[in-house]
Amino acid sequence: METPNLDYLRQISGGDIDFENSLLSILKLEFPIEYIVLSNNFKNSNFDKVALDIHKIKHKIGMLGMLNSVDLASECEKNIRKGNTEQYKDLVLILERINVYLKNK
Amino acid sequence: MNCIIIDDDTAARLIIDQLCKNTELVVKEEFSSAIEAIKYLNSNSIDVAFLDIHMPTFSGFDFIKTLKTPLKVILTTSDKNFALEAFEFDCVVDYLVKPIGVERFNKSLDKLFGLSPAKLIVDENTNEIENKDFIFVSIDKRLVKIKIPEILLIEAKGDYISIRTAQKSYIVHSTLKKIEKKLPSDLFLKIHRSYIINTSEIIDIEDNSVLIEKYVIPISRSHKQEFIKRLNLL
Repeated sequence: METPNLDYLRQISGGDIDFENSLLSILKLEFPIEYIVLSNNFKNSNFDKVALDIHKIKHKIGMLGMLNSVDLASECEKNIRKGNTEQYKDLVLILERINVYLKNK
Repeated sequence: MNCIIIDDDTAARLIIDQLCKNTELVVKEEFSSAIEAIKYLNSNSIDVAFLDIHMPTFSGFDFIKTLKTPLKVILTTSDKNFALEAFEFDCVVDYLVKPIGVERFNKSLDKLFGLSPAKLIVDENTNEIENKDFIFVSIDKRLVKIKIPEILLIEAKGDYISIRTAQKSYIVHSTLKKIEKKLPSDLFLKIHRSYIINTSEIIDIEDNSVLIEKYVIPISRSHKQEFIKRLNLL
């Protein structure tokens, strides 16, 4: 499984530390909230909302340099709209890993 | 060149803003809602919008359909599946899939500047061009020749005019008044405060409108008398 990293942030920051810190602060603030919302919607089998939540959170997965995980999230988003939840457990593993990573940043 | 960023995601807006630094783009405003951006555009002149497609209540495509001002749009989205639909809209310059890298972003700007609004080359002191059969417009440091007889019509669009020929349209930063001086008056006629037409291209006339190629152009009451005079009526 991919590991979250700051390579993408550093690539676009061009050495702008203020930008890197701002973006990281936003991720640390918003990611856990979006993850909780997504989990709750899944528990309530509200799959249309889950698909929207995945759509939103997958950009943050990409920001942390996990491009294969973005592809998995896209597949999961597409399938969950059809009621197919097979990939959800794999997505949760990715989201958990990011959650831990951001908590320690 | 001025731009705005429209995305409901704060981090996404911050990234586009960062990518715009050290480019020729000046970020004038950021919006988390496309409706707010529409309101802003009603009273501000902007060249390009970075626009997310998926936004709650009012999507990026809703925004494009509502646009009344000439604006180039670069779509920024996490979804690869809307590219075909996106390029149905003339204003869409590029389609960027998030996360957007520096190289891909710069490529998009190359496309954008290649399409930047043209400037009409106008000499304010002379009407000499009336005797010529072409005008030049400047597009990205390149002068493009437009043959005057090939112009079907010219439409005013805020601070811009759209010069339509059978082959293509040119968005030019100018006014109808300026271009009217440069066109032969026996061929071109203003029939509405927003339209000058090439009278030789009229297909038919019905009540208060004329048909030119596929375009139906209104004739205003104040211009109608002059227009009727110019017709070779039996």
